[in-house]
Amino acid sequence: MNVVTDKLQVEDNKWIGTRTIRPDGADKVTGRASYAADNAMPGMIWGKVLRSPHAHARIRSIDTSKAEALPGVKAVVTAKDIVDFPIETSVMLGIQDMRWMCRNVMAREKALFHGHPIAAVAAINEEVAAAACALIVVDYEVLPHVIEIEDAIKPDAPILHDFAKFEGKPSNIAGTMTAKLGDVEAGFAEADIVVERTFRTRPIHQGYIEPQACTVSYSADGRATIWSSSQGQFMVRAMTSLLTGVPQSNIRAIPAEIGGGFGAKTIIYLEPVALLLSKKSGRPVKMVMTRDEVMRATGPTSGSFSTVKIGAKKDGTFVAAKGDFYIQAGCLPGGPLRGPVGCAFAPYDIPHVLSVGYDVVSNRSKVAAYRAPGAPLGAYAAECVIDEIAETLGMDPLEIRLKNTARSGTKAAYGATFTKVTFEETIESIQTHEHYKAPLDKNPRPGVKRGRGVASGFWYNAGGESSAQVNITEDGNVVVTTGHPDVGGSRASIANVAAELLGVDHGRVSVLIGDTASIGYSNLTGGSRVTFASAMVVTQSAEKVIGQLKERAAKIWKIDPEAVHWENGEARPAGPNAGQFPPLTLADLAARASETGGPIGAGVQLNTAGAEPGFATHVVDVEVDVDLGIIRVLRYTAAQDVGRALHPSYVEGQIQGGVVQGIGWALSEEYLYDSQGRLENAGFLDYRMPVCSDVPMIEAVMLEIPNPKHPQGVRGVGEAPIVPPLAAISNAVHDALGTRFYSLPMSPPKVLERLDQA
Amino acid sequence: MTDIRYVAPQTLDEAVSAFAAAQGSARILAGGTDLLVQMRAGIVRPGLIVDIKKITEMTEIAETAEGGFRIGAAVSGTTLAEHGSFGKAWPGVLEAINLIGSKQVQGRASPGGNLCNGSPAGDSVPAMIAAGAVVTVQGPNGRRSMPVEAVPAGPHRTSLAPGEILVSFTLPPRPAGSSDAYLRMIPRTEMDIAVVGLGANLTLQGGVVTAARIGLGAVAPTVLLVEEAGKALIGSRLDDAALEAAAAACRAACKPINDKRGTIAYRTKVAGVLLKRTVAIAAARAGGN
Repeated sequence: MNVVTDKLQVEDNKWIGTRTIRPDGADKVTGRASYAADNAMPGMIWGKVLRSPHAHARIRSIDTSKAEALPGVKAVVTAKDIVDFPIETSVMLGIQDMRWMCRNVMAREKALFHGHPIAAVAAINEEVAAAACALIVVDYEVLPHVIEIEDAIKPDAPILHDFAKFEGKPSNIAGTMTAKLGDVEAGFAEADIVVERTFRTRPIHQGYIEPQACTVSYSADGRATIWSSSQGQFMVRAMTSLLTGVPQSNIRAIPAEIGGGFGAKTIIYLEPVALLLSKKSGRPVKMVMTRDEVMRATGPTSGSFSTVKIGAKKDGTFVAAKGDFYIQAGCLPGGPLRGPVGCAFAPYDIPHVLSVGYDVVSNRSKVAAYRAPGAPLGAYAAECVIDEIAETLGMDPLEIRLKNTARSGTKAAYGATFTKVTFEETIESIQTHEHYKAPLDKNPRPGVKRGRGVASGFWYNAGGESSAQVNITEDGNVVVTTGHPDVGGSRASIANVAAELLGVDHGRVSVLIGDTASIGYSNLTGGSRVTFASAMVVTQSAEKVIGQLKERAAKIWKIDPEAVHWENGEARPAGPNAGQFPPLTLADLAARASETGGPIGAGVQLNTAGAEPGFATHVVDVEVDVDLGIIRVLRYTAAQDVGRALHPSYVEGQIQGGVVQGIGWALSEEYLYDSQGRLENAGFLDYRMPVCSDVPMIEAVMLEIPNPKHPQGVRGVGEAPIVPPLAAISNAVHDALGTRFYSLPMSPPKVLERLDQA
Repeated sequence: MTDIRYVAPQTLDEAVSAFAAAQGSARILAGGTDLLVQMRAGIVRPGLIVDIKKITEMTEIAETAEGGFRIGAAVSGTTLAEHGSFGKAWPGVLEAINLIGSKQVQGRASPGGNLCNGSPAGDSVPAMIAAGAVVTVQGPNGRRSMPVEAVPAGPHRTSLAPGEILVSFTLPPRPAGSSDAYLRMIPRTEMDIAVVGLGANLTLQGGVVTAARIGLGAVAPTVLLVEEAGKALIGSRLDDAALEAAAAACRAACKPINDKRGTIAYRTKVAGVLLKRTVAIAAARAGGN
């Protein structure tokens, strides 16, 4: 379902807004698409990683001599081979600190989690490489470990890093972030009602199907080629360069098709290791993680321990909000504090806000970005407290949100003053939706209870650097190249834009993803930025191409370029005064390109701006089997301002995907550790992501309110939809059972235990 | 590195001699849905794989002279589902086998493999125990038979002697008014592993239970036959008191552990809930027979 509120640029569109066949579709459904692990080269050998068997241990020494002596072994790499970034000096690449990345790809002073890479071997096959790993002798001094946030912040907790200090003392709190507005204590003094609650969530893996994999070939001339799947080939190049010391100009990173990333593939694990193994062995080296390695040692996103306090007037007006968010960073600093701290209260106009995030390290794998990093953790706490305030005041939960929405000119605690806020529209869309108005039988049969809940969410969205090239082929067709790995249908959206602007049939447009040598720098596929940013650079490139086409026609007709119009894929004289000439098609002009000035094509490289934030409001119905404690989602409707849906199928897909991941987060997914700090459920059987039959069809309500700062009105859509589900489902469970859960996941044993207590 | 030999004998005798000769380093391959996964995970490293799918007796479904069924140990769940009459007689056994894994897995996975894998959570095992199935095994010392519940010896261990291969399951003839059912508790709706699994097999005459067997999985080191639960139902009209007594017997039989899949308290309580639900389904089916 989509609701178009602004007809501008819509009715005349032939391709934008239509559900064209995606350019990468046929190869994917026929198994022809080439993913990271599909690459092979002559002379290629295999790399394997030796991982720490301890959750926390000092590495006294590593003896690789026996491994190196094993027949078939070609190279061994340890932390000594990775560029060292001393603790004293921060070196940033985007939001990643190389001090932590160099220690994440290969343990340096200490092994910081069970599964931390200690060394890597390249050998003639995987079996020999694995056997060689077993021959590496590591002298560990095993140290006490700590896994959970609440244990890690205790005064007597084992300290992971001597350099981390909090309030002057060694601590596992490696950093903090604060967003402040007004005077929160004064605000609470004005409140008629104050609700303060503490919430817990567990780490969640991004759950992409494709494990990390790469092939790296380092040539005798010092140049390296990397084939891997990631959310940014330029990130792969830059980070590999930093961690290996090979200059960026000597690294070509070629993006494979990507089998899911959800944020986790915005950092790398294998590429620098494979490059160094290739450099040492003189052979191309392939590395492929197992699922076990993926679960144990990549991602996940943070668990959290949060306290949120909100004060309101009797009429429901929020006067103050305070949040303390303890966020798991994993074993090295860098948890996504910005998500909860900035987003939790951002949808609301609250005069007094104090939001503090704490970056808590513990002996788990270093967290990686996951769809709206950290924002669901903050929204979970804030939106559940808002539900409780509405209940206490006897207000409709949407009405209280509507009463407090941020509007144009509202200043958010994180610093922005909003220009155009479309939060209200998402609430009204749910309020008037048939789902919200439909009666819900709360006791449909014995042993079953049903409930309905709502929640909202906010995500910043992003612009940033993007490059595109639009070329007209000699036969008069169109090739568009961007620098963005396509994780969610961005090629399909870009094909619609290019076909629309150039006035050609969609089937005549090819959209490709360039490697680092064939297209200009483009920042990560992340932050809900790719469709926004790449549509912008492709639009400007296409406009330049149209300018060239008009010039060529003008040259042929010997008239002024200003007197040429580009319409429906043809150059035409602008009017009777321009002269009488039969139209020149794209094919005509391409055929005469050489004589009129050479190849036709243009590229644009921009640091894009104008990405307005995303707002979403969700309603969900759940059913609880009170004898088994099982919660099922019966119906789910998600309304979101999507700006302009260039390709509605992939906008819906983003919304549905985000919601389903949120359902897993709320109900079934969690990292489980044993007493030795070993992950117990490192696979999809016991790490319970929802399967198709666990979820209903998610109804995506796309509110198309064009972003005035974008040529097509695009607004990022990929991340906002994972923000509300945790609270929406929790609120629905409360509606069903009359009891509130303050921790996730609401797994059957937890639910049944609570019901038995009641 | 380590070589793995693979043989696919045509006869059971050849299979037994190859299996026995390997002296514990061999593994039987039926559907392979456990074996291959365990090999990939490095849990087992067999020196010899004996594929039993070329042996007729292990892959056929036969109706016995007495009116029961004999199912080869390597018959897949999908093959059983496609059989003309098996599912009518034993809907509970059939639904249990076809809860294992995905559609693709069900095309390969067999009840014999499920039993010999020795998992306390194997879905087909409680249903087979409830059914009163008897297994035939053959080893270097010939053939013998035993009830299904005698096979599991502990997590991933069986009572099969060295060199013995599970050949078939024999299910008894069905008196009128009989049926069975299997339910499991899983957090998801499919593609999951039982936190508790329960098979119920009933015969009713004039609304009165004349025979009842209950198999209970994932609550103890082995899948259990809960005789007390069956006894509590026999002679009753499945009134609340009888059902509660049977549920209590199931709860009492539980010797679960706290693990990543469930707590002791949760599993114990759910065993009773599943008893009532499974018996209700089996009784409704039996009423139609």
